[in-house]
This record gives sequence, structure tokens and C-alpha cells, in this order.
Amino acid sequence: MTLSGFLMVGALLFSIGALGVLIRRNAIVMLMSIELMLQGANVTLAAFSKYLDDQAGYVLVVFSLTVAAAEVAIGLAILVALSRVYPVTNVDQLDSLHG
Amino acid sequence: MIDAPWIIPLLPLIAFALNGLLRSSGRNKSQGYGWLSTGLIFGSFIATVLLWISLDTRTTEEFVLYRWIASGGFNVEIAFLTDELTVVMLLVVTGISTLVSMYATGYMSHDANQSRFFTWIPLFVFSMIMLVISDNLLQLFVFWEMVGLCSYLLIGYWYQRNSANAAATKAFLVNRVGDFGFAIGIILAFHEFGTVRYREIFENLGKADERMLTAIALLLFVGAMGKSAQFPLHIWLPDAMEGPTPVSALIHAATMVTAGVYLVVRLNPLYTLAPQALLVIAATGTFTAFMAATIALVQTDIKRVLAYSTVSQLGLMFLAIGSGAYTVAIFHLATHAFFKALLFLGSGSVIHALQDEQDMRQMGGLWRKLPLTYTTFLLGGLALAAIFPLAGFWSKDEVLAVTFVKATAPAGSALSVFHGAAIYWLFYITGLAVSIMTAAYTFRMIFKTFHGTPRNPELHAHAHESPWIMTVPLIILTIGATGAGALLGIPPENGLIHGYLKEAAPIIHLEGAAHPNTLVLALISTLVAGSGLLIAFGAYGKGLRIPLIARTLLPGAETLFKQKWYMDHLGDRFTVALTKALAFISWGFDVAVVDGIVNGLGSLTQTLSGQVRRIHTGQAQNYALLMVIGMVLTIGGLVLFR
Repeated sequence: MTLSGFLMVGALLFSIGALGVLIRRNAIVMLMSIELMLQGANVTLAAFSKYLDDQAGYVLVVFSLTVAAAEVAIGLAILVALSRVYPVTNVDQLDSLHG
Repeated sequence: MIDAPWIIPLLPLIAFALNGLLRSSGRNKSQGYGWLSTGLIFGSFIATVLLWISLDTRTTEEFVLYRWIASGGFNVEIAFLTDELTVVMLLVVTGISTLVSMYATGYMSHDANQSRFFTWIPLFVFSMIMLVISDNLLQLFVFWEMVGLCSYLLIGYWYQRNSANAAATKAFLVNRVGDFGFAIGIILAFHEFGTVRYREIFENLGKADERMLTAIALLLFVGAMGKSAQFPLHIWLPDAMEGPTPVSALIHAATMVTAGVYLVVRLNPLYTLAPQALLVIAATGTFTAFMAATIALVQTDIKRVLAYSTVSQLGLMFLAIGSGAYTVAIFHLATHAFFKALLFLGSGSVIHALQDEQDMRQMGGLWRKLPLTYTTFLLGGLALAAIFPLAGFWSKDEVLAVTFVKATAPAGSALSVFHGAAIYWLFYITGLAVSIMTAAYTFRMIFKTFHGTPRNPELHAHAHESPWIMTVPLIILTIGATGAGALLGIPPENGLIHGYLKEAAPIIHLEGAAHPNTLVLALISTLVAGSGLLIAFGAYGKGLRIPLIARTLLPGAETLFKQKWYMDHLGDRFTVALTKALAFISWGFDVAVVDGIVNGLGSLTQTLSGQVRRIHTGQAQNYALLMVIGMVLTIGGLVLFR
């Protein structure tokens, strides 16, 4: 349970999330990957807070979770509205800004 | 007056301004413009006479008007230099201008637009005065161009005629060719001496080496060739006869064309140190004199005869310069101004009487109808032919005398510093030939115009003598043409004018050369001129078949002269064809290279941007990818290379 172990987990979560955002074509999967990135950051914050004995990290985690929840709500609402017009299963087709 | 020399150019400038501003479409036909011009130019003449008188007191000679250019090492002021040479030139310019302006008031009285004429004439007089009174090369050059402009305006005065416009353009362009050399000469002079002011150049002459001096001298002479119509830049002067006759008298006989002679004489210390340049000048002058005299022999238009005669006489002035006798050149300039202006104005009188007919083949027997014109014209012709004791004899004889002295200068004498003295024999003999031809074409002109039976009886019947406004200038000029030579030039090389110009325009000392018997030389030139007169008398007065004999002896000569030595053909071939070829090459270069580069840049930009545009896929994931890559690179770089 060393610090570096927690940090590696956090980094792994973050990287998988990032890759997911860049590679997956389903919009809902992209949203999930973004959530994964946020959780990776949370893990890192919590690990540092435990090992430095500073409560600030825990507080930031609470903030971060709240913001993540709000953001998902809005993101899904946008997706629902968008899905009426465009196929959100394949974001490659949303290229009307193509120039 | 020596304190205010600016009055002399100011008066004609006022005449120009007043005439220019007062003219309007309703009032162009008044003689008032002419009188205003004549009056103010006469005032300028009075001012010059006052200057002449006050010059004896030997006060300051330079008068600075205004600091024009002041930039580090290059300083030029608008300033006036009033020494003896200036006074002589100014007397000639203002005097002849007054008489011509008065004559023109009568000559142009039927012209509907004469106010325009009398706007340009005072402008010309102003420019010519400023040219002569300048104390530095740059100011002279500015007014050199101004007189060229006025010449263009006045030659093309009857602009409704295509031939007049062409002639005016030709005059200006040929002049410009000379100005190219002139400008380079001025630049070289500034480079060498650090100044364009005459006085300062003369003070620094010793510091320059001879080759540079010769180069500057020759380049400035190129400018003089353009202005004074020397071969090969003489082609504009005969065409300039398209302008009204007073213009021909003033600009193309007495004043503007003498500006080249004045330039070289003014810079005589420079030229004396560049003897090869003097040799070139003498050769050019002699050849021009000979060529123009031959062409004058076969002209049918009375003004063309006088035009080629002017070119020829200017050549003689340059011959005098080339022999180192600057005073003689100015002397001949002055006498020539008198009798050539007289002859031109007289021819104007004839043209006016015959309702604008200029072709001598339509004239004849006019001496009874135009007695005053005839008498003055005859005296002017005798002066031109250099018959003793009229003015032309004294000055022309001296030109030939100094050439003879140069030719006979023994080796090692002060004169043989002029290289190639022996070639002056050729110049002297050619000068004698020119004398014969001068007398011959002059009296050919006189006999054809005034004697014999009238070839156009209808024109002849209506011919009448000119009004007093035109004949009074003729009479005054005749006084000058007859008396001025004797007054100024006796005894030869020691007369009034020689003493007066001893410092400003000297004769390079003739001691050391066997001083020739001036009486013998004078007899030779009189005989030569007289024989020319007799030939003309025989051919055109008595009807002897001399022209026929000449044609058989020298076949082809007449064609050569009539074709003006094929100068026009050469001009066409060289300048026109060359210019067209150059234009074609430039056009090709412009289309292929210049347009190619510009258009090429455009299409290159288009191609490049077409490729760069591919980044915009419109897919947000691609943009996110690029952001991540950038972030990784930045942070990685910071971490690795800090």
C-alpha cells in the first residue's frame, strides 16, 4: 500500500479514460471514459491526502464528485436532445464542421 | 544694380505670370499681351545694361538668393554669378529677346490665341536668364531643362498640326539624350570635387587627375551637343522650324542653342586641363559645320536653310572652343545672334507677306515689293557670309585664325600641349570649305527669294511690306549685324571684347606660336567667302549652269545632302527598331517571369492550404487527439529538457 501504488492506479485509470475518449465512437462510452478520467484524478487526490496528512485533498475529492455528477447529468441531457437529430452511436458522422 | 541682380530674371517672370493669369477665352486676341511681354523684357535689358555699367566697380560678384539643398556634404544654393561673361550673355539674351518679342507682337497679331504665345515667351526668357546667371551646375541644369520645356511648348504652339507636335517631342527627346550625359557629368563632378559650384570646382581642379577631368569634360559636352544641335544630336533643330518664326529666331538661333556653347566656355578652366576633350569638341564642331552647310545648300524651305545654317555656325563656335579660344567663341556667338535673328525675322517678314508660303520655289523678285526687308536681309546675309566689314567677318575670321594658329604650333610650344595639333590643319581647311558653302547657300537663298522673276505671280501680287512693329526690330538688328563686329573685334585678338573677357573666357595664350600674319589670313577668308558668293550669283543670279556642273562632277552628292546624310534613316533603324526590340523583350520578361512569379506564389499558397485544410475533419475526437498530443509533447519536453 505504498503511495506509488495508489498513484499508479490513478494514472492507469486516467490513461484508460483518456484513450477511451479518443478512440471509442459511441457518445455514451465517451461520457463514461470522461468519468473514468475524473475518478483517476480523485484517486490521486485521496492518496496524497492520506500520505501527507492533509484534509484538503479529501475536501477536493468531494467537490470533484459533485461536479462530475452535475456534468454527467448535463452531458446526458445534451446527448438525448442530440440523438433526435444525429446518430449518437457513431460520432464520426458528426462532421458538419468539416472544412 | 550689382546688389540686386535678381531684378533681371524677375521682370520676365512677372510678364509670364501676368499673361498667364490674365488670359481668358474671350480676350486672347489682344496685342496687349505682346506689349506687356516686350515692355518687361525691355526692362530686363535696361537692368542688364545697368549691371554692365556697375560691374566696373568690382564689388561682389556672387549674390546668394536662397539655400536650396543643405544635406550634409551636399550643399546647393540658388545664387547668381555676375561676371563679364554673364554680362555679355545677358546683353545678348535680353537684347535679342526684346526685339523678337516686339516683332512677334506684330507677327502674331492675327493669331486667335496669342496670349498663350506671350505666356511662354517671357517664361523662356526668364529660364534663359536664370541659366546664364547661375553660379552652380545644378541650378544651370534645372534651367537647362526649363528652356527645353519652353522650346517644346513653343515649337508645338500650333498644336493642331501633327507635324508640330512630332517636332516638339523630337526636340525634347533628343535633348534628353544629351541631358543623360550631362547629368552623369554633374554627378562625376560632384563625386570628384565635392561641390557643384563653379568657383569651388575651379579652386579644386588641381586635385583631380587628367582622365577624370577629361571624362567630366566630355560628358558635359554631350549635354552641350544635345542643346546646341551638334552631330549626331542635331536632328531636332531643322524640325523645330515648325514653330512660329519669332520662336525660331529667338530660341533656335540666338539664345537657347547657344546655351551649350556658354556651358563649355563657362567651365573653361576645366576644359583647358583636358586637351583631349577639346580635340573631340573641335572635331565634332568641324564635322557638324561641314555637314550642315552641305545640307543647307539643297534646301527649298527658307527656314530650313537658316536652321542648318545655325547648326553649321554653332559648329564653328565649338571649333573655336576646341582651339582654346573661348573669347572668340563668345564673340561669334554674339555676332551670330544678331545676324541670324535678323535673317530669321526677315524670312518671317517674307513668309508673312506671302501669306505663310515658305517654299523658295514659290518666291522670286521680291526686292521691289519688300525693299526694307530686302535691304536688311541682304545685310544680314552678307554678315553671315562673313564679308568684310560686316560683323560676321570679324568673328568668323578669328575662328579660322585661331584654328590656323593651332595647326602651325611648333612642337614643344605652349600650344602643342593640345595633342594632335596637326589635325587642326584638317579643321582649318574644312573651315574654309564651310565658308565657301556658307556664302553660297546664303546667296542662293537671297537670289531665289528676292531676285529673278516671280515664280508664283498671284502670291507676288499680294505681297506687301511689313508694318513698323516688325521692321523696326529688323533695322535695329541690322545695326548690330553690321557694326558690332568691327566695334568689338578690332584689332583682331585685341579688341574690346577680348579685353573684356580676358579673365572669364580667355584665349589660351598664343605666344610661343609663330604669330600668323592676320592680314593674310583675313584676305584668304575674304577671298574664300567672296568666291562662294560669286558662285551663288552665277548659279542663281545669272542662271549659269553651275548646279549642273556640280551634279556631273559629284554624282550622288545632291542626294546625300537632300537626304540629310541619311540621318533620318539611321535614326529609324537604330532608335526605333532598337526600342521596339527592347520593348518586345521587356514584354516577354514581364509576362513570363514577373507574372509567373506572382501567379506561381498564388497557386503555391492554394496548394499548401489545400493540404493544411485536411486537419479540419469536423470530428471532435480528432481535435481532442491533437490536443492530447500537444499536451504530451509540451509536458514531456519540459520534463526532459528543463
